[in-house]
Amino acid sequence: MQMPAPNTAIIARKAQLVSRFLDVLPKDAVIHEPAETKAYECDGLAAYHCPPLCAVLPSSTEEVAAVLKICHDEGVPVVPRGSGTSLAGGAMPTADAVILGVARLNDVLDTNYDDRTITVQSGRTNLSVTGAVEEDGFFYAPDPSSQLACAIAGNIAMNSGGAHCLKYGVTTNNLLGVTMVMMDGTVVQIGGGYMDAPGLDLLGLVCGSEGQLGVVTEATLRILPKPEGARPILMGFDSSEVAGACVSDIIKAGVLPVAIEFMDRLCIEVCENFAKAGYPICEALLIVEVEGSDLEIDEQLEKIKAIAKTHNPVELREAQTAEEAGLIWLGRKSAFGAMGQINDYMCLDGTIPVNQLPFVLRRIGELSKEYGLDVGNVFHAGDGNMHPLILFDVNVPGQLETCEALGAEILKLCVEVGGCLTGEHGVGIEKRDLMGEQFTPADLEAQMRVKDVFDPKWLLNPAKVFPLADSEERRAA
Amino acid sequence: MSAPTTEEELSKAVAAADGALRIVGGGTRPIGRTGAGTRLSAAGLTGITLYEPGAMTLVCRAGTPVSEIEAALAEENQQLAFEPMDHRALLGTKGVPTIGGVVAANVSGPRRIQVGACRDHLLGVRFVDGSGQIVSNGGRVMKNVTGYDLVKLMAGSRGTLGILTEVSLKVMPKAPSRATLRLTGLDDAQGLAAMTLAMRSPFDVNGAARVGGDVFVRIEGFDQSVAYRAERLSAELTDNGSVEVVRDEAAQSEIWTGIRDVTALKNHNYVWRVAMTPSRLRLGLLDGVLHGLAFDSVIDWAGAQIWIGLTKGQLSLVDRGAAGFHAMLQNTLADPTVTGRAGGHATLIKAPEAFRADVASFQPEPAPLAAIAAGLRAKFDPRGILNPGLMT
Repeated sequence: MQMPAPNTAIIARKAQLVSRFLDVLPKDAVIHEPAETKAYECDGLAAYHCPPLCAVLPSSTEEVAAVLKICHDEGVPVVPRGSGTSLAGGAMPTADAVILGVARLNDVLDTNYDDRTITVQSGRTNLSVTGAVEEDGFFYAPDPSSQLACAIAGNIAMNSGGAHCLKYGVTTNNLLGVTMVMMDGTVVQIGGGYMDAPGLDLLGLVCGSEGQLGVVTEATLRILPKPEGARPILMGFDSSEVAGACVSDIIKAGVLPVAIEFMDRLCIEVCENFAKAGYPICEALLIVEVEGSDLEIDEQLEKIKAIAKTHNPVELREAQTAEEAGLIWLGRKSAFGAMGQINDYMCLDGTIPVNQLPFVLRRIGELSKEYGLDVGNVFHAGDGNMHPLILFDVNVPGQLETCEALGAEILKLCVEVGGCLTGEHGVGIEKRDLMGEQFTPADLEAQMRVKDVFDPKWLLNPAKVFPLADSEERRAA
Repeated sequence: MSAPTTEEELSKAVAAADGALRIVGGGTRPIGRTGAGTRLSAAGLTGITLYEPGAMTLVCRAGTPVSEIEAALAEENQQLAFEPMDHRALLGTKGVPTIGGVVAANVSGPRRIQVGACRDHLLGVRFVDGSGQIVSNGGRVMKNVTGYDLVKLMAGSRGTLGILTEVSLKVMPKAPSRATLRLTGLDDAQGLAAMTLAMRSPFDVNGAARVGGDVFVRIEGFDQSVAYRAERLSAELTDNGSVEVVRDEAAQSEIWTGIRDVTALKNHNYVWRVAMTPSRLRLGLLDGVLHGLAFDSVIDWAGAQIWIGLTKGQLSLVDRGAAGFHAMLQNTLADPTVTGRAGGHATLIKAPEAFRADVASFQPEPAPLAAIAAGLRAKFDPRGILNPGLMT
């Protein structure tokens, strides 16, 4: 993974910069000793790392503005960081960059149940947003797998999804407003508590911009009343094609489950070994969850079961108790951890049209053989967001490179069948150099012009999202 | 008047333009300043190019009539769940509403409170920018975070950043059954309170509106579920006026089409749309600056949107008439002591063309945001020829 050469003139001015940060931040909020900056050298994409010049941890919007103004004046690149759980390298620094971490901004500023909104500081973790309102019967819908640790700031930067977004949408569909600091230190309010933009939809533009347009310090989020109940059903099939056809039939029949999750044989076996959830060992497994009162759940599950039966499932298991429901989800939720136990893995994130599922799974199988690396598939089937997990051993020379090459082939395949490179993880550095597969130069130019407007000097998270060659002139200017 | 039928023709027409262009689809939503310029219609770019019911996606050219899309979806028992408003009744316009027009104005109906707005159902766009360059963003899959989300930016940009040529939409199943609770005998404050209560319930309300003195609350889904929720919700709302459950399909269709299209205000000469939070709507607007004024309204989105209509007679009682009312509304919405940190905005939707030429129909934005918007327009339309002045 290539990153631009750090600006040595900036590195030479480190002491001077640190001293300027100490003018506007408390001592413990400026991290500059090499032993300590190492903690910020990577995010969830741990294969790539580089200690930053320093890291700053402001505690207010004003402090964020003060830091950005200094960096703007000094021409120093800034890499915003939520909790550092990005799987795409979105928070990976360069040696000449300042990490701006929002972890200390974690207060709830306002909850309004009548308007069904909550306003939080952006360093607050995803799960603790729900935690702040669940006693009163509400929840925040987007639920990325990392929700225990990941910050709302990162969710907004990457427009994160989750297992339940089939019904509730992803971050952008649940975000009403932000307070954002521009690179030059200007503080702007975009959106608020209302439901649509007065002019251009700048909020929609900021969400998913990977920390390249501004640093979000506060966010107003839509919260929803908790459904009366939820119940999953587990189905096993003897081929992935059949499972894919079943997903399509469920959607066509007008049932809209909150989640439809898919696992293939490799994942089933690994998860079953790890979590002992009692999964049937078969070619493909679906977990479908519906919500409502018992009566409503029964009504929906009857329809789903009837559809499933037309596809001759090898197993059809409806959770009868909360414990059984927990078991059904246990295996799926431990999938990444279970895979990590047996191997290093790279988690991909392409999305495909749902009807291409059988073809894409077959092709991934062929590519896996060709490259000699196993690939497990676990993903959100209802919306076609795949997570192929490529297993490799980082200690075997060349395997990381083979894994990357296979990953690129699989993502190209996703684009070829009408899908995209990333459904919920973001481009970061990981998919940066594949952007040309999905976009024409004119498409990328249109996106880069947006950054020109928000961050004319290209200082915010500059070496991400766009292929380095495409952004080079702008970064150098 | 130029009427290209392909993206390439449209691109050439824009590249060759030597002055301002006035972009139209079906021409049914004349909102904002209608500036001078050569009329350029996208209505010639028609046709559904891809429809996959099992993947809940539809791709079509921007000039495709909304009615054609709705008919194709109905055959598969699906729909545009965001329930786009047809502006013809309210604005007294003729013509055929196009999907490009819906997207360009981010038009969303009552179901917005549950399923999101038009922009939330927009998966991808192709457009021609102000230089004639063809740009694609998003795609046709449900989850896509590849690159910046220009899809959202284009939704609601009203032809000022580019001319839509193709849109890709998420479509959803039509519910087999629905029920509408009609609450009568409530004033505005009680009506808002009833809608708030309904929205706080777990019963998945997907329409909550107040029109003509009544409150309507809609539930959709499978038969048993609808019956169950209608019963539970009726019981919870018994302290809020008298509750009647409407199950007749034709009657419900009339109620919700009326709310969606704001037909209650079709005879009003001036109509504004205000977006703010339900709690501030009551405190800041209804009990505040509007208190004691004669006007009519349709409250939708459970109180997050209010349409305010004034007849000439009603305006004669307002200080400085329509201009005074317009300024008062927008000033009020810009006042944080009224809207709180949640904010809000007012847009002039209906007024004589001469009046619209003189005022900013859209809520003026704070300077830093206005600068960003101007910066984006300058990048996407460097010659300033796409609907100049329409949104500012």
